[in-house]
Amino acid sequence: MIDFPLLSVLVWLPILGGAILLVMEALGFPDIRPTALVVALATFLLSMLLYTHFDISTAAMQFQELAPWIEAFSVNYHLGVDGISMPLIILTTFTTVLVVLAGWEVIKNKIGQYMAAFLIMEGLMNGVFASLDAVLFYVFWEAMLVPMFLIIGIWGGPRRVYATIKFFLYTFLGSVLMLVALIYMHLQSGAFGILDFHRLPLGMTEQILIFLAFLMAFAVKVPMWPVHTWLPDAHVEAPTGGSVILAAIMLKIGGYGFLRFSLPITPDASHALDWLIILMSLVAVVYIGFVALVQEDMKKLIAYSSIAHMGFVTLGIFLVFTLLDNTGSTGGAALGMEGGMVQMISHGFISGALFLCVGVLYDRLHSRQISDYGGVVNTMPVFAAFMVLFALANSGLPGTSGFVGEFMVIIASFKANFWFAALAATIMILGAAYSLWLVKRVIFGEIANDGVRQLEDINRREFVVLASLAFVVLLFGLWPAPLVEVMHASVDNLLAHVSVSKLPHEAGMALLGNGN
Amino acid sequence: MENVYLAIPLAPLFGAIVAGLFGKQIGRAGAHTVTILGVAVSFVLSLVVLKQFAVDGADPYNASVYTWMVSDGVRFEIGFLIDNLTALMITVVSFVSLMVHIYTIGYMHDDPGYQRFFSYIALFTFSMLMLVMSNNFLQLFFGWEAVGLVSYLLIGFWYKRPTAIYANLKAFLVNRVGDFGFLLGIGAIYMAFNSMDYATVFAAAPAMESASFEIFSGVEWSLLTVICIFLFIGAMGKSAQVPLHVWLPDSMEGPTPISALIHAATMVTAGIFMVARMSPLFELSETALSFVLVIGAITALFMGLLGVVQNDIKRVIAYSTLSQLGYMTVALGASAYAAGIFHLMTHAFFKALLFLAAGSVIIAMHHDQDIRNMGGLRKYMPITWFTSLIGSLALIGTPFFSGFYSKDTIIEAVHHSHLAGAGIAYWAVLIGVFITALYSFRMYFLVFHGKPRMDEHTREHLRETPWVVTVPLILLAIPSVLSGYLIDPVVFGDWFNGVLHVAPGHDVLGVIGEHYHGPLSFVLHALAGPAVYLAGAGVATAWYIYMKNPAIADNIAQRFRGLYTLLVNKYYADDFNEAVFAGGARNVGRLLWRVGDALIIDGLIVNGSARVVGWVASVVRQVQSGYLYHYAFSMIIGLLLLLFWFVFIAQRVGA
Repeated sequence: MIDFPLLSVLVWLPILGGAILLVMEALGFPDIRPTALVVALATFLLSMLLYTHFDISTAAMQFQELAPWIEAFSVNYHLGVDGISMPLIILTTFTTVLVVLAGWEVIKNKIGQYMAAFLIMEGLMNGVFASLDAVLFYVFWEAMLVPMFLIIGIWGGPRRVYATIKFFLYTFLGSVLMLVALIYMHLQSGAFGILDFHRLPLGMTEQILIFLAFLMAFAVKVPMWPVHTWLPDAHVEAPTGGSVILAAIMLKIGGYGFLRFSLPITPDASHALDWLIILMSLVAVVYIGFVALVQEDMKKLIAYSSIAHMGFVTLGIFLVFTLLDNTGSTGGAALGMEGGMVQMISHGFISGALFLCVGVLYDRLHSRQISDYGGVVNTMPVFAAFMVLFALANSGLPGTSGFVGEFMVIIASFKANFWFAALAATIMILGAAYSLWLVKRVIFGEIANDGVRQLEDINRREFVVLASLAFVVLLFGLWPAPLVEVMHASVDNLLAHVSVSKLPHEAGMALLGNGN
Repeated sequence: MENVYLAIPLAPLFGAIVAGLFGKQIGRAGAHTVTILGVAVSFVLSLVVLKQFAVDGADPYNASVYTWMVSDGVRFEIGFLIDNLTALMITVVSFVSLMVHIYTIGYMHDDPGYQRFFSYIALFTFSMLMLVMSNNFLQLFFGWEAVGLVSYLLIGFWYKRPTAIYANLKAFLVNRVGDFGFLLGIGAIYMAFNSMDYATVFAAAPAMESASFEIFSGVEWSLLTVICIFLFIGAMGKSAQVPLHVWLPDSMEGPTPISALIHAATMVTAGIFMVARMSPLFELSETALSFVLVIGAITALFMGLLGVVQNDIKRVIAYSTLSQLGYMTVALGASAYAAGIFHLMTHAFFKALLFLAAGSVIIAMHHDQDIRNMGGLRKYMPITWFTSLIGSLALIGTPFFSGFYSKDTIIEAVHHSHLAGAGIAYWAVLIGVFITALYSFRMYFLVFHGKPRMDEHTREHLRETPWVVTVPLILLAIPSVLSGYLIDPVVFGDWFNGVLHVAPGHDVLGVIGEHYHGPLSFVLHALAGPAVYLAGAGVATAWYIYMKNPAIADNIAQRFRGLYTLLVNKYYADDFNEAVFAGGARNVGRLLWRVGDALIIDGLIVNGSARVVGWVASVVRQVQSGYLYHYAFSMIIGLLLLLFWFVFIAQRVGA
């Protein structure tokens, strides 16, 4: 067993490292990048201990740390992970290493602060995933936005102010309502433990209101249609590293929120309103799929593709109630929920990789317009091979991780309702259409212009970054078992929890009786 | 034995990885050596396996290789099912693939992407073998999409050509439309059987025969019909059945060896193989069988007609492939699965032969593919000529050639079928025989006979192609003639007993088999039917029109201008798809983006609420005037309002 507070280390090591970087830059150290890389790598390697020492047989929280923080309000410094949060932490630490590497030569301006922002954000995001106390969670949740604002605001593109304000307005509205909900539950329970909230009995009206408050917070993060329009703008203006973190991890916090808060705290409201989530998810897949098709800016295209793919996360997570109503059991629900979770991880790899690919091109030609490219394969064959691989993974090709989650969610939703599956499966066509049409226009063809003619293929550093992503994309595509098996116990436990009503007996039965 | 099975797909995969990743280091000779060795290992081991089943009567092997994942109590595995059907398929696939690999040395000799090409075709061989060896739906889908991927990569092999990268995108997307259905079919199987395993599903299927399923509420369909039709939609994509046929002619943009391997002999037959493999399901739904039958009949006839007006040598053969795939599909629909697989096998040999021969002609013609510029090639290229003749004779169903046995069995089978649509299908496949002979020998005469029509320069350089090209032609010509004699065990014997299921009421091959007394009597029996004469008439017509009296061709085109225009434009299917689906999707996308996202969500809601906040703030700002009496006044007003509410409203409500 691990006899040191591993989760605390994963939260505070990068934050501390970030602070050291800031100091080093202020003191005028010549090259601070190696330090940043060492911190990121150390955090990643330490996070692997979570995987190697994880007990897959239990749904209980593991690696727990508990200390009183603000005793007057019974706020605790309470950390712990289960099969839902653990993979997300490793995704975070893995991605941060790549982001540090990706910014190596590209960022010329205040590189110490740039690296520091990413390391601090890494710690905060780990904090979000590891928090078992609502106040602690909320602090990390809000604090996380600060480095992201700075990253977009300092190293971003020309319309960064508009993008950050839009991002702020969207997220702030949701966060405030979530805070109200958390405080309300504290008043009811006298505690701030998230697990206490899971057990807190709540009436239907309360549940509906709390569910809607959470929905505002999490739907914006995911982002779900129709609160998604901040994402393309934020991506377009963010530097490559910012886009990668945004797509790979920050969006996952929304999906994680549904799993950690909405479903277990308000199971009856989730049951009553699951049609809304499913509707929004399916609209995201189809509507956004069409919108992605006509984008002329590579980053916008990938941003829209992200929204469509995240639709699978929310769809998979919320299939359980339709399954209960239509088949009378939760059979298939675990497949859908695990599919949604696999999709989160896989989308982290693939969208991160695609944003890095766009970054590679942008660093060379300073354009994100598809029409400025064409025939890149002629001058950058190695890069082209990677980009084609990731585009295929994005279109859900079997053998890549992009297939696994989509496949699981589609076949699970067929069991719930044919039309869910039919609409979700349109991503087979739409996803391939926008991903491969992008590849056709950017990668294939004759050399389109002098800019493309002078492109140089990726260097060793870029190769390492893209190759590590290619490795995990193929690994989990060919063998997802190591990823899926850590989720089983927690998912089964969550499903058992949500299939029991929190309402007094009669009301609960009435609800089940006329459920959708 | 397990290791042998494992080695069959892994040997080419190894070759593909080495040639793909280390192509530069090992060079051209290294790349073709490692991939050819890999495929050769597969072929030899396939023969070993075939011998075990054919001679030693081995029992089917069904076991898992590794567990892909377990979720919700369902095991998703990678595993092999090796039985007589698999043994036959892996032999055909690895044999044709080996021939194509050797041929490629000659065909791609000067191509800068030499190593890449070998890597792709070896990867294809791996994928196709995994597909046919699968024992479950997950791996089937893996192989299914993987062969589609390699097809995508190979059609776009010459990535500088705009037509090639258009064609490969089109091929992938049209296949994805099919896969959309296929995936829903797998979803339905998961729902109904809670398993991905063939054996489990097939065992439980009969109990599901009366189960119903509602797609539209209130309309009950047989669950198995729904499953089978969805699966078949997948087959329609891969095996290019109308209306998902549009990608196959365009796929000819790829290098000729892969047209032979992927777009004629193997990948496109994956749909046929799949339906045959699923015979225990399809047999339980006559509706699905009729659907299969009708789609196949439409494809067989109408795609053949298009072959008559094509002038690109590869496109003629491509339309011929479409039409022949239609024949196989018809066989499946008539429950004559063995005949479908048998035709799949003979067709793989003679169609690969025809494509490779066409490639040989193309090399000699300096990559001119227009048959109007050819003619008289017989004297310059004797081996190519003779093997092409064998291939064409096999294709049109000349007695004693392989295609005769397989095609005639299909026609007979449809004739005996009582399923809805069998009557139409019979006429379609019968007329198709005439059409097949017509376009095949139109091409044959235009290419090999008559006066040379190419320019002087090309004619001076005309010569037979090197041995790496001609040896595969000869090796393919042999089974193109002889494989027909396998009709004895494969179609009318017990080769497929226990593998392909046929419901007693559908057993048309059993009915034909009662009158079957060997290959010779089969020919004699066929002479009493119309098919052979129709084929002869097709050849005669082709000879008369294109050799004897060439003016008549234009005359006919003039006379039937409407029909001719329709055929030349391929029934306008491409134009329709381009306008309605491709254009429509882009318009929908633009509409949703400009109106939905930009105008309504951003313009009205996001920026609108920002404006409302701004407006409210500007109004409220007026209130903060800084004058004390303003504040005092508003306090008094507020107090009065509160009092008013308390006295007149709250009290009443309370009471």
